[in-house]
Amino acid sequence: MHIPDGLVSAPINIATAVVAMGVGAAAVARARRTLGEKKVPILGVSAAFVFAAQMLNFPVAAGTSGHFLGALLVALLLGPLNGFLVMAVVLVIQSLLFADGGLTALGTNIFNMGIVGGLGGYGLFRLLTLTLPRRRGVFVAATAVSAWFSVVLAASVCAVELALSGTSPLALALPAMAGVHVLIGIGEGIISAVVVSLMLGVRPDLVLAWKPQEVKA
Amino acid sequence: MKNVLPFLPVALGVCLLLASFLAPLASSSPDGLERVAEDQGFLEQAEGNQVWKSAPVPDYEMPGVGGSGIATALAGVAGTLIVFGLALGLGRLLVRGRGAGKSRADRQAAEDAGGSISR
Repeated sequence: MHIPDGLVSAPINIATAVVAMGVGAAAVARARRTLGEKKVPILGVSAAFVFAAQMLNFPVAAGTSGHFLGALLVALLLGPLNGFLVMAVVLVIQSLLFADGGLTALGTNIFNMGIVGGLGGYGLFRLLTLTLPRRRGVFVAATAVSAWFSVVLAASVCAVELALSGTSPLALALPAMAGVHVLIGIGEGIISAVVVSLMLGVRPDLVLAWKPQEVKA
Repeated sequence: MKNVLPFLPVALGVCLLLASFLAPLASSSPDGLERVAEDQGFLEQAEGNQVWKSAPVPDYEMPGVGGSGIATALAGVAGTLIVFGLALGLGRLLVRGRGAGKSRADRQAAEDAGGSISR
């Protein structure tokens, strides 16, 4: 879903870049206050995983592929704002070094995938787990659903931006973008659930969003 | 929190394996957005409009390497290490220069060191 140059209008690219910088500033300010020193390497590994896994395009329909996004996963591992920083680092490098995502659309891509996907998916995750028992199975299931949702939501916002830019009418862009990402999101849900499941198995302390039910020591 | 150091090489190793051995096998079909752009005829709007033309590794293929599988693997390994280093460096920068014992994270670290939390 990395938008190249030329598809989204300048006002939208500028507006999204401003929002992205605002969230970036908030994330930096918060990390300065609360980021634990031991979390720093996890920031690096999360970025490495997102980058590597985003290269693994899987077929979703005839002649169409999709790839992992990772915004919801890193939000669960590190918190939504630290997760945003990880996504931003990956998206900047993809654009500058790998020509994946246009430079003028960088703000829009960070907005769509880092903010809409990451914070939107995380919001749904918190809603889903608000009242449910804090069990591993519930956590993993909520991860899968929120990860799927994060991709569909980001793709839908991308369609709105294309429509506002006069690139494709909303009545065409929205169903097409949402439709194909409903399928790609299934991959997102599976990968996110598998990774979270593995992490809860070996290092549950590295999953920030995981707060197990109190047990007697 | 337990020590993260033993976890690090394993996790980074997995990422490098994904980038080097799986990435060359990935589907080369257009992704969701490219598919829609093609179907709805606005893909050409992007063609020739690329603003930043000096990306050293365009399309995740290391230039000057014969065999696209190897070029993809090298691009994957390079990118994985670069984002790892950058995110790590950013984290270090954010943590550094903070008064010890003043942040919530440091208090948490002190608590963990005392072993009072068994997560």
